[in-house]
Amino acid sequence: MTRTGPGPRGNEGDGAPAFSALLEDSAEDLYENAPCGYLSTRLDGRIAKVNTTLLTWLGYTRDQLVGHRRFSDLLAVGDRIYHETHFAPLLRMQGEVGGVALELLTAGGGRLPVLVTSMVRTGPDGEPLLIRTTLFDARDRRAYERELLRARREADRERARLQRLASTLQRTLLPPALPEVPGVRTAAHYHIASPDQVGGDFYDLFPLAGGRWGLFLGDVVGKGAEAAVVTSLARYTLRAAAVSDPDPVAVLARLDAALEQEYRGDDPRYCTVVFGLLTPSPDGCDLTLASGGHPPALLLRADGTAEYRHTPGGQIVGILPEARFASSDVRLEPGDTLMLYTDGITEARTDAARNRYGEEALLDFATALAPTTAAEAVAATTGLLAGFGDGLDDDTAVMAVSVPAPGGRDG
Amino acid sequence: MNTRDRNNVVLLGPEDGPVVMLAHGFGCDQNLWRLVAPRLAEDFRVVLFDYVGSGRSDLSAWREERYSTLDGYTEDVLEICRELDLRRVVFVGHSVSAMVGVLAAAREPGRFAGLALLTPSPRYIDDGDYRGGFSEADVDELLESLDSNYLGWSATMAPVIMGNPDRPELGDELANSFCRTDPDIARVFARTTFLSDNRADLAGVTLPTLVVECAQDALAPPEVGAFVHARIPGSRLVTLDATGHCPQLSAPEATSRALAAFAAEIR
Repeated sequence: MTRTGPGPRGNEGDGAPAFSALLEDSAEDLYENAPCGYLSTRLDGRIAKVNTTLLTWLGYTRDQLVGHRRFSDLLAVGDRIYHETHFAPLLRMQGEVGGVALELLTAGGGRLPVLVTSMVRTGPDGEPLLIRTTLFDARDRRAYERELLRARREADRERARLQRLASTLQRTLLPPALPEVPGVRTAAHYHIASPDQVGGDFYDLFPLAGGRWGLFLGDVVGKGAEAAVVTSLARYTLRAAAVSDPDPVAVLARLDAALEQEYRGDDPRYCTVVFGLLTPSPDGCDLTLASGGHPPALLLRADGTAEYRHTPGGQIVGILPEARFASSDVRLEPGDTLMLYTDGITEARTDAARNRYGEEALLDFATALAPTTAAEAVAATTGLLAGFGDGLDDDTAVMAVSVPAPGGRDG
Repeated sequence: MNTRDRNNVVLLGPEDGPVVMLAHGFGCDQNLWRLVAPRLAEDFRVVLFDYVGSGRSDLSAWREERYSTLDGYTEDVLEICRELDLRRVVFVGHSVSAMVGVLAAAREPGRFAGLALLTPSPRYIDDGDYRGGFSEADVDELLESLDSNYLGWSATMAPVIMGNPDRPELGDELANSFCRTDPDIARVFARTTFLSDNRADLAGVTLPTLVVECAQDALAPPEVGAFVHARIPGSRLVTLDATGHCPQLSAPEATSRALAAFAAEIR
C-alpha cells in the first residue's frame, strides 16, 4: 500500500510553518493593525506618528494628522479642558497616566469614547523625548459606566427622598415651636443621629385647663418607621390622657395601657418617658413629675448647684404587666432651671476606648452651667452634643424650663 | 484644625527670605510647582498650599457654599497669610488662582508686594466681543468629562477617605494621584473656575503685576493674555516659548527665571 495522503508527519509539516509564519509577522504590521490605537506625539502635543487602526476609527488620513494636529485637537472641548487641567500635568509629573476616559472627535463629526494611557519616552539622560499613547475603544464600557453612574445618581436621589420623608415625619412628631408659658422660659433641641431614619425620641409642651401645662419627653425603643408609629401613639395618648386627668401618674398609666393594648403578644413596644404637670405661680412654678423608667431630670439651681431629681419607682412603659409609676414634686424658684433629656447624651462615647459620657460627667457639666436659663442650658447642651462628633450615635432630645431671675438675662 | 494643616501648607527656602506664595489652579494641587519651587527656594521663602478640597487638604473643611465662588478660595489665601503672618507677599497664581490673587490683593492690599499671573483668564466664556475661548455648553461638557472619570476615582479613593487601615497600599496610590479630587468637589471648583467673570476686577489692581502666558495655550489663548495685560495698569507681559496651560511643568526653567526676576525686582 502506498501512502496516498499526508500522514501525521505531513500534517505537522503543512500546518505548523504556516502558523509560525503568522507569529513572525512584522513589527510594522503589529503596530499598524493592532487591536488598539497608537499615537506618538511630540512634547508639545503635535502628532508625530499614528497607526492605521486609529486612523480607521477616526476617519482621517495620515497626512491630515501627522505634523498638523495636536492630540488635544482630537478631543471634544470638555475633554480638551480636562486634558489641559488634569491629563497633561499628571503626565508631566508622573511620566505616565493610565486608564483615563476621553472622547475623540471623528472626521465625520461623531464621537468615539476611548480609554487612554500615555507614557513619556525619555532619552538616556532622563530627558523627555516624546509621548506614546495607546487608545482602546471604550464604547461598550462607557455605556456600562453611564448606566452605573445613572444608577448611582438614582440611588442618591432616592436617598435624598428618603431623608426628606424622614425629616417631614420627624417634624410631625415634634412641636414646631414650644408655646409661651407665662412667667416661665422654655427651650428644646433635637439631635437627629441619622438623616435616613426617623428618631425614636419625642417631647412636647402644651396648655391644659386651669392655667396649667403638660410637658413630656421620652424615648421609644428602636428607630425608623416602626418607632415612629409608637412615638406618634405615645404623643397623642399623652396629650389626650392629660386633658381628661392631668395627674402625671394617671397619664403614664394610660400610656402604658394603650401600648399594652396595641402591642400585646410577641411584639411588645415600649418607651421611657417623663411627664410633668407645670403650674406657674407669681414667683416661680410648681412641677409634678412622673417617670416611666426615664433618666432623672436635672435641676440647676439659682445658687449655682445642680442635682438629679429622681422619681423613684417608675417602670418602663409598655412592657410590664401592671406597671407602677410614682410622682415627685419640684418647685422652681426664680433663677432655677429644670432640664429633661434622653440617654443619647449619657450613652455617647467620649474617647477611643469608647467610654460613655455618663451621669457623673453630665452632672459636672450642669453644675458648671448653673445658674443658667432654659435657652442657655439647651444651647450649651447642643454644643456638648456637637462636641461628641461620631461618639454620639443615638438620637437625643433636650428640653429645659426655667423661671427668670429678677434682673436676669431672660427677665 | 489650624489653617496650616487644613490647607497642607508647605514652606521652603530661607525663613527670612522675601515671601513667594505659589497657588495652584483647578485640576491638581501644589505638586504642580515641584519643578519651579526648588529654584525659587534658593532665594525666597516659598509658601505652597492646597486649596480646601484639593490635594492633601482637609476635605472635611470643604463647604459647597464657601467654595462656589472665588471668594472662598480668596479666603483660604488670606487665612494662610494671616496665620503665618506673611507680609509683602509676591503672590503667584496659576490659571484660576491668578484671579484669586487679584481678589486677595483687593481685599488686603497692604499684605502683598506684587502679583504674578501665570496663564490667567478673567473669563473663559465668550461674551459679546470678548473671546474667552469657550461656551457654556463646553463647560457642561467638562463637567461630563469629570463624571466620566468618576468611577475610577470612587474605586480607588473611597476606601482611602473612609479610612481603611487594612489596605495601606491605597495610601501609596493616593501619593501618586495629584490630580484626583472628590468628583463632587471637582464639579464645584470647575463651575467656579469656568463660570466666574473677573474682568471688571482687573482695573482695580494697583500692585506691580507680571502676566506670564504661553505661546500655545488651549485654555488661555494669547488674546486673553493681552486682555489681562491691557486691563491691569502698568502690568508687564511675558510670553514664554512653551506649550500648554502649565508652563511651570512644560518650561520650568523659563518660568522660574521669569518669576524669580520679578520677585527680586520688587522686593
